[in-house]
Amino acid sequence: MALDQETLNQLLETVRRYVDERLIPLEEEVARNDAIPDEVSAEMRELGLYGLSIPEEYGGLGLTLEEECLTMFELGRTSPVFRSLIGTNVGIGSQGIVIDGTEEQKQRYLPELASGELVGSFCLTEPDAGSDAVSVRTSAKRDGNGYVLNGTKRFITNSIKAGVLTVMARTDPDNKGSGGVSSFLVDAKSDGITVGPPYQKMGQQGSHVADIFFEDVKVPADAIIGGVEGQGFKTAMKVLERGRVHLSSVCVGLSERLILEAVSYASERKQFGEPIAGFQLIQAMLADSRTESYAARCMTLDAARKYDAGEKVPMEAACCKYYASEMVGRVADRAVQIHGGAGYVSDYPVERFYRDVRLFRIYEGTSQIQQLVIAKNMLRQYAATQ
Amino acid sequence: MKVLVPVKRVIDYNVKVRVKADQTGVELANVKMSMNPFDEISVEAALRMKEAGQASEVVAVSLGVQQCQETIRTALAMGADRGIHVLHDGELEPLAVAKMLKAIVDKEEPGLVILGKQAIDDDCNQTGQMLAALLGWAQGTFISRLEVGDGELKATREVDGGLETVALKTPAIVTTDLRLNEPRYASLPNIMKAKKKPIDQMSPADLGVDPAPRLETLKVVEPDKREAGVIVADVTELVDKLRNEAKVI
Repeated sequence: MALDQETLNQLLETVRRYVDERLIPLEEEVARNDAIPDEVSAEMRELGLYGLSIPEEYGGLGLTLEEECLTMFELGRTSPVFRSLIGTNVGIGSQGIVIDGTEEQKQRYLPELASGELVGSFCLTEPDAGSDAVSVRTSAKRDGNGYVLNGTKRFITNSIKAGVLTVMARTDPDNKGSGGVSSFLVDAKSDGITVGPPYQKMGQQGSHVADIFFEDVKVPADAIIGGVEGQGFKTAMKVLERGRVHLSSVCVGLSERLILEAVSYASERKQFGEPIAGFQLIQAMLADSRTESYAARCMTLDAARKYDAGEKVPMEAACCKYYASEMVGRVADRAVQIHGGAGYVSDYPVERFYRDVRLFRIYEGTSQIQQLVIAKNMLRQYAATQ
Repeated sequence: MKVLVPVKRVIDYNVKVRVKADQTGVELANVKMSMNPFDEISVEAALRMKEAGQASEVVAVSLGVQQCQETIRTALAMGADRGIHVLHDGELEPLAVAKMLKAIVDKEEPGLVILGKQAIDDDCNQTGQMLAALLGWAQGTFISRLEVGDGELKATREVDGGLETVALKTPAIVTTDLRLNEPRYASLPNIMKAKKKPIDQMSPADLGVDPAPRLETLKVVEPDKREAGVIVADVTELVDKLRNEAKVI
């Protein structure tokens, strides 16, 4: 249920204040140590950030997608690793259960995911299944009352902390398409699961991705999300549809921060006897960034409202993710350019953000995959009118 | 023991305050308002007492315009149990506030009233002291530490010479200083639950108080702009300027 305006304002104001007072001052330390302090994750649990998208009856806040995006505009104004910490519980690590889970699965997992006691990760990508997600090779073989999982999942966010994994695995070896894939809820402590070392990354230090290896991992039959085989890929696509709008709002938040950094630097930095913000070539870069950021904000809210109204928005979600992630890349690039040499050294945050935002164009569907999704939906819509 | 916490709605501490062109006051239109930061510390102190089993109920009170309810909601979201709002649209001076708070105290009978030492808008630093005088209660002002005993409080005050600890018989008044605690952020679930907590609304007349100001504000002006300094060549020039230009030595 949508919140009244006063409550929503207070909620957003609280997140805004927390970001300004606590998270922004910690950004540099988190990047340097490649770790978010435990006290900060505890604070984020206390604040209720893990449960933004989980329905109230399971202990979450039950925000609409629009409200979630407004919250992410705020949380997006700091290092994206803070968002990433809660991101899997809010998005891909919980939404499979929220959208397609059985009542029993919801009661078992959602309250602990909402409070942050349990961290959820989403395991779709494999060494040979990335953009080609349908070719999942991880197998789930029937074994008595349950299944046995074997395979490798790659680049899994929060896998080191995860307690429950949403794992896409092929239950029908004869069906090489999406219909052969089921999604399982797997206890990360199960025998046969090992998590690899975290990858060294270009940016987003403080957030960790690692591979997960499944070797004869036994799971019960009721671990299939929704209890029905062959639905896994559909579940994954629904989760990603919502997640793409969410990620767009993170890109918007970060672009607004980058613009603030750029405007503030341009207003102080003097060349030729005046602040560089007075020069029209600098102004053009600022104006382009603001325009694109505003466009992405509007798109994101539009898609979120449509989603909340019950519309299917795979095309709009892909448009948002494609545009917002590319946009924040351009905004970060201009921010570095406006900073000049100061933007290339790590004394200013734009250097770090420039590396951080590169990921947005890659994960949860590359820009190229978004283009294909958009075009496919366009052509399908056209064909339906013929 | 019941704890009463008055909370004032003030211009947010991050906002640069601007004087109105007609010099009748400061600009409030479309300006972000928040709870007075010292009052947040008071709410936090009351909540910690409740969590420690030393307080049974925390009641937040605000006096002023309708939007003061938002300030009360903030206290409720932090964890206060219920709110009281005295609706009044005009200017309120510390004495009127203290009189109305006294009327509320007479009705609610709290064991302790925790106020901010001052509000960041007019910096009066009067309401707590006036309330203590009107009630004839013990008071500990500018406290940086509070120990709650049986029928007695130990309050450590920040005074010019250092720290002074006073013992207060309850019921009592304390006013909080910055170092007493670091207020919590209201959690998002509690913000949503705060909507369901009750706020009683009343008027100054209900409390038998005439809130009319006793002072007349003649005009409000911005402080003088600080002029740019000069760099002196040496100590001799500095001493010369201090003696002959500034005439301070």
